[in-house]
Amino acid sequence: MPDQRLPAATFEDLALPLFDQLYNFARWLTQDTTEAEDLVQETYAKALRGFSSFQAGTNFRAWMYRILRNSFLSSRTGLKTTVPFDEEEHETADPDRSTPERLLIAQASREMVQQALAELPVPFREILLLCEVEEMSYQEIAEALSIPLGTVMSRLFRARKALRELLQPRLQRGPA
Amino acid sequence: MTCEPWRGKLDAYLDGELSPAEAREVGAHLQGCASCSADALGRVQIKRSVASAGRRFEPSAQLRAQVTRGVAAKRPRQIGWQWKILAVPAVLVLILSVAVDVYVSRERARRQGVFSELADLHVAALATSTPVDVVSSDRHTVKPWFQGKIPFTFNLPELQGSEFTLLGGRVTYLAQTPGAQLIYQLRKHEISVFIFQDRGEETASLASGPTKALSFNIENWTQDGLRYFVVGDVGPDDLHALAKLLRGTQ
Repeated sequence: MPDQRLPAATFEDLALPLFDQLYNFARWLTQDTTEAEDLVQETYAKALRGFSSFQAGTNFRAWMYRILRNSFLSSRTGLKTTVPFDEEEHETADPDRSTPERLLIAQASREMVQQALAELPVPFREILLLCEVEEMSYQEIAEALSIPLGTVMSRLFRARKALRELLQPRLQRGPA
Repeated sequence: MTCEPWRGKLDAYLDGELSPAEAREVGAHLQGCASCSADALGRVQIKRSVASAGRRFEPSAQLRAQVTRGVAAKRPRQIGWQWKILAVPAVLVLILSVAVDVYVSRERARRQGVFSELADLHVAALATSTPVDVVSSDRHTVKPWFQGKIPFTFNLPELQGSEFTLLGGRVTYLAQTPGAQLIYQLRKHEISVFIFQDRGEETASLASGPTKALSFNIENWTQDGLRYFVVGDVGPDDLHALAKLLRGTQ
């Protein structure tokens, strides 16, 4: 969104269009309808209060997601989530057999992918959702998750790998 | 594998994170490399299936309404919100003040009604040819006269050494309640002292103290379950002096 428009835009104009996707994200994080509803309400309340301190020109969507995620992490459920080690960086190349593996996984049903996503640790689940569902840029993801750009890339890589590793055995022994 | 450097860039390429120059290079390689194209296709399909699977949960209409309401409540920002915060107590204060006003003025009217009635009784008694039914300056004559005529008894003060003279007494009624009316004289001014049981709705809420009705001065108080009213055209100080004498007897 252009910087020039931001001072004129009201909180309502900016925040309400994000409602459905924020709820979807909150529901994925909390895995519970009531908690997700509370989380979304809390997010809007906090964002509304903090809107005056929101810097025009920065990414509003990433700002909203950051509020939601920070609220989640300080919630009872969020405190139980574990953060993976981003320190073991730079595992980039996949083994060569990855291609047929990927093609196989592409056959996974929607339900299987949903099941696997729900089983992923929160840091992997959330970064996949932000990248694939919200189609955020790496920069936006970095802002939303408050992590450096390099960490976005490595965590995304590991999240995709973790998802494949969950799906692959199920596909191999699943119905043909 | 010669393709390794390209594979490492595939995710960023498909995520749209490569610079235009890099993206062109990767695109060119994919055109000529079946293995890398197959790999890219697999990644795209996983991206798509995650995107589809991830769009899963719909918020309830109730939540949408709540959030929309919460956000809209602040529009226009600041002014709207402050107005609401201030408006609620303001409306309450308005309602309360109107209610208090109505109550106070009704109470005042009611009280004024009682005092006016007492003033009327005072005037009416003096206007008749026989203002008192028991004519005596002796409190020991007047007090027993009321026995059996009113449902209570009272004491009257010794007036020796004061400027007041007892003229007599009569039975009177205030709001269908019988009571004693005593008439005293002070320098040619008549003063009525009314005594009622302090149980009537009419008198229960009256504030003690001096007041005025029809330009008569009135002082009233409650003592030993009896309500005393002293009514006369003398000054409040003289009324108070008589009131003090009466109080001293109980």
